[in-house]
Formats: sequence, C-alpha cells, structure tokens
Amino acid sequence: MSDQQIDSSKRTWIIASSCAGAVGAGFAAVPFVASFQPSERARAAGAAVEADISGLKPGEKMTVEWRGKPVWIVRRTPEQLAELSKVDKELADPESKRTGFSTTPEYARNDWRSIKKEYLVVVGICSHLGCSPSDKFVPGAQPSLPNDWPGGFLCPCHGSTFDMAGRVFKDKPAPDNLEVPPYMYLSDTRLVIGEDNKKA
Amino acid sequence: MAEYHEAPADATAAQKLLNWVDNRFPLSKLYNEHMGEYYAPKNFNFWYIFGSLAMLVLVLQIVTGIFLTMNYKPDAGMAFASVEYIMRDVPGGWIIRYMHSTGASAFFIVVYLHMFRGLLYGSYRKPRELVWIFGCGIFLCLMAEAFMGYLLPWGQMSYWGAQVIINLFAAVPFIGPDLALLIRGDFVVGDATLNRFFSFHVIAVPLVLLGLVAAHIIALHEVGSNNPDGVEIKAKKDAKGVPLDGIPFHPYYTVHDIFAVSIFLMIFTAVMFFAPTGGGYFLEFNNFIEANPLKTPPHIAPVWYFTPYYSMLRATTDLMIHILSAIVAIAAVLAIVRGGFGAMGKVVIGIVAIVGVVLLNYFDAKFWGVLVMGGAVIVLFFLPWLDRSLAKSIRYRPDWHKILYGVFVFFFLVLGYLGSQPPSAAGNYISQLGTLVYFGFFLLMPWWSRIGTFKPVPDRVTFAAH
Repeated sequence: MSDQQIDSSKRTWIIASSCAGAVGAGFAAVPFVASFQPSERARAAGAAVEADISGLKPGEKMTVEWRGKPVWIVRRTPEQLAELSKVDKELADPESKRTGFSTTPEYARNDWRSIKKEYLVVVGICSHLGCSPSDKFVPGAQPSLPNDWPGGFLCPCHGSTFDMAGRVFKDKPAPDNLEVPPYMYLSDTRLVIGEDNKKA
Repeated sequence: MAEYHEAPADATAAQKLLNWVDNRFPLSKLYNEHMGEYYAPKNFNFWYIFGSLAMLVLVLQIVTGIFLTMNYKPDAGMAFASVEYIMRDVPGGWIIRYMHSTGASAFFIVVYLHMFRGLLYGSYRKPRELVWIFGCGIFLCLMAEAFMGYLLPWGQMSYWGAQVIINLFAAVPFIGPDLALLIRGDFVVGDATLNRFFSFHVIAVPLVLLGLVAAHIIALHEVGSNNPDGVEIKAKKDAKGVPLDGIPFHPYYTVHDIFAVSIFLMIFTAVMFFAPTGGGYFLEFNNFIEANPLKTPPHIAPVWYFTPYYSMLRATTDLMIHILSAIVAIAAVLAIVRGGFGAMGKVVIGIVAIVGVVLLNYFDAKFWGVLVMGGAVIVLFFLPWLDRSLAKSIRYRPDWHKILYGVFVFFFLVLGYLGSQPPSAAGNYISQLGTLVYFGFFLLMPWWSRIGTFKPVPDRVTFAAH
C-alpha cells in the first residue's frame, strides 16, 4: 500500500459522500427527536377551565385542575390581607416584577396579586422544582417555619416559603413567586382559568 | 485469519466438536483470555468481590425485569394497579418484584463499594484510566435506570420525584423549559412521560449499559487487574511470560467469588424476605399511594442512593453562591500571586475569575444547584488525572491521607442522611459544608495528593499464604 500514490480525487469523493451521508443521518433523526414533543392530543388538552367560587368561605382554599396542574383559589381573611404589606422587606420580589419563571399578569401586579383583593388565584406549583406547596395558613412558630411566621405556604420538598399572596421569601431555593395564571371573572362567583380578556 | 486446524486422530468426540467450533468462532481463545489464562494478582482481598457481585446483580435485574415486563402496563391509568396485580395476583409475582426493587438498592451498595475500592488502591491510575471511565459511564447509566425505573410503579414518590428531577432540566438557562417539555412529552408528568421512561428503562439504557460493561471488562483484561499493593504484576514474569504474582482467574477467583456470592445472597434474600422496603429507604412508604398530580406528599426524598447528590442540590442557596464566589476570587488571587504564570496568564485568570463570579450571581441559585449535583458525578470521570500521588495504593500513602479519606466518606454519608430528611436550617449548613468537603476532596486532589511522606512501594505484591 505504502508505495502507492494517494488518489486525491477518490479521497475527495469519499469525504464528500461521508458528509452527504452525515447530513442524511441528521435529517433522519428529525422525526425521532420530534416524537419527544407533546403530541397533538396533549396540546389540545390545555384548554381553559371554569371554577365556581360561590361556596368558598373566608380562609378557605379550593383547587381546580388546569393543564394537569393544581390551581389554587384562596379567599383571604382581612387579617391575612393586612399581613401582606408588612412582610414586603422579607420577600424576594414583593412587586412581582420578575419575568424569569413566569410573568405576572398586569392585573395581578399589586400587593395582593389578584384581580379582586379577597381572592388569590395561583398555580400551586413551586417555582423551584415543581412540588406543590402545603397550606400553612396559621401564623406563629411551627416545624420547618420561622417563629414570626405570618401565614402562607411551605414547599415540603426544599423548604421554600411563600406569603398569602404566593410571593416567595428571600434566601430560599425557589427563585420566584408562584405563577398567577391568566384568569378572568365571568360573574361575581364564576371565574375562568386559562383565559383573560387581555390576550384572547 | 487463522489457519484451519485438524483435530488429532485420537481426539474424543467432544474435542472434535470443540475443534470444529474453534475453527469457526474463537471459543477457546475467548475462554483463555478472560478466564483460564487471565492472570489476576494473587493478593486480592475482600474489596475485590464487588465487581463479580455487580455482574450478578446485573443479571438478576435483567432476568427479573424481563418477567416483570410480562405483567406490567406502562399506562398512567393502569400502571399502579398493574404493579399491585403483580404483587397480589400473579403467582410468584411478589418475589420477582421484590427481587427487582431490592436488587436496585443492592446494585448501588455493591457499586459504591466497588468504586471506593478503586479509590483506595488507585485502580484508576495509568494505564487503567479507560477502565475507570467506562465504569463511571456504567454508574451514570445505573442512575438513569434507577431514576426512570422508579417512575414506573406510578406511586406518589414516583410521580413527585420525577417532577422534581425533570424540573432540574428546566433550570438550564434559555433552553431549559423547552428541554423539560421535550423530556416529559406533555406539560406535566403524565402518560407520555411514563411511556417513554418505560421504553428507556427496559431497552435503551440497558443496551448502553451492557455495551459499557463489555467495554469495562475488555479494557480491564487488556491492562490486567490492579491489586491492594498497587504494583504492576506484569513487570515480573516467569520464563513462560506468566506474571510471577498472577494466578489464573479460573479456578482461583471463580471459587473466591462464588463464596462471596453465597454470603451476598444470604444477606440479599434476608432483606428481600424480611425487609423488602428497607425501612422506607429501599421502597418509600409514600410510593404505596397512587400518584396524585394535585397533592405533593408532605415530605419528598429520593431513594437513598441519590440522597448525597440531592443534599448538594438543596445546599446550593444564595448563601452558597456567595461562598462559591468568594472561593473563586480567593483561588484567582492565589493563582495570580503565587502561581508561576506569565503576565498574559495572570490577566486571563483574572478575567476568567471575574466572569465566573458574575455568572455565579447572574443565574439563579437553582441552576447552579443543578450544576453542582451533576458536577458531583462528572468530577469522578477526571479522577485519573486529579490524583497525582506517588503511590497508587493507600497502603503506601502518607497516613493522613487515610484520615482525609475517612473525612470524605463521613461527609458523603452525612450528605446521604441529610438528603433523606426534611429540610432544616442546621441540616442545610451541614450540607453546605459537606458539599465543600466533597468538591474540595476531588478538585484540590492535584495538590494534596502529592504532599506528605510516602512509604516505599515493594517490587512484588505482599502476600501470606493461608
């Protein structure tokens, strides 16, 4: 072999056909990678849902399922609402300005993070790693919580805490407040989650 | 290509058959290379049983897995019930299932001990770097197997564990959310996720795993086994080219390993029959409740073999980022002041350090937590080049190295314990310390492993017949 001349024309064609083969293999990979995406059926399942809040008493929480996630509707008591403005300094993003995890809709970018002050509507999924925080509405010292606990939510997975408006406390694993989904009131007691009159 | 060999005229029928095969397939050659004439050092101790045991558990997992697949339904609506069906209605199903679930934990116990053996005796040092790297690949595959397999029973821990781990990928800047969507195949962990994890668990990852196991063993048999003294037995050979301190794998180590297998199976079956849940560590109690996407269990913890890394993830909070930033800054200052770099090199180090600190504070602590967790496994791949000690084996290293190994193991176990517990402030500080110890042990190894008075390494292995 060594005494033979290298046929550079053949070599060029070998390289060219190898490249063409690699491009072909790349295209052949497309349907396989594409099949990892959510199917059309999964996409269609993301429609808006309605919730009836007429039965909700002050201090109570109800959960509705939207896109497979729990959406919480909490009717807050006047005492709980009064606590909200007191904890601003301990919060990471009291005015809900961050857009990293989710952008808070305009109508919820206030101290109480909701359209109607009394009713909080948030997706009950921690912005850290997707656990569902537990209710810790009773203020005061309890396990895993600070002694001056104002009432709110505690994520059992990694100990992130949120106030009664779903705003995250500072220096916790969760990087952002709980997501406020798009929602609107159809009447005083009926609301629809997944749609608002801003976008549609 | 080998020439055709005729069998001798007086050969028995069996010898003729073997001759027929050997002319068409290298059966005798393979047997001799890997068993009959594979010379392993004669001074193997207790630590050398775990390779064979890992092989045994692998076979056990594959066989039990095949039988479980016959009755399991990879469907979010039926998965949980089908596992209970296997447990209650399929004859012998419970024992097959418990063999598989106990086998998963046994696999990690055996593999952790196997890896620690490598650490003790420098088994990853030249020329065994590829043996070690293939081994780390096997470890990664095992973690993928364990994680995806744990989703299949579709219990609460399966569901929420998967939710947490998949969301780790969402922390990657820019592409994260799309990446998580691509892994789940839906906007939440659901039927699509279960189905694809099933596919990966039963076929894709096992294929890669088997390939890596073959590569691990081929590489090992090419370079020959290390031993507790860390001396190369191939350096001293007899007239026939057989290492003086080597003994054939079969029968010596096959018998040795069969003894170990008997002891192992006693312990394994005891756990399987009397404590299959391992006190909530092998099978978590919450996993006996069907997955509920609307309710997170009060306390989520991964299975014990992931808890050390999980602790490191939890430890990476804003405070940890400040500590890491300070460490990067100090390291850069030391490198610039004390390191033998030129002016250009110093400028580069300074710029890299500044960029590093800025990035540390720019991205979420969550993202760095994910990197720390992944880095804890990836750093193992670089061990052959991090260890610069003059002696391979711990036996001939300075005594304080043993203390350092002890501290490392202690903190690894503490991290493992804390990862299984609910978050607490004190636990978090200890995890942060443990994370620093873990990474310090590996990343500072190029410096500390060279310091101290090494003992003379003998020419031949130390061995007392018994």
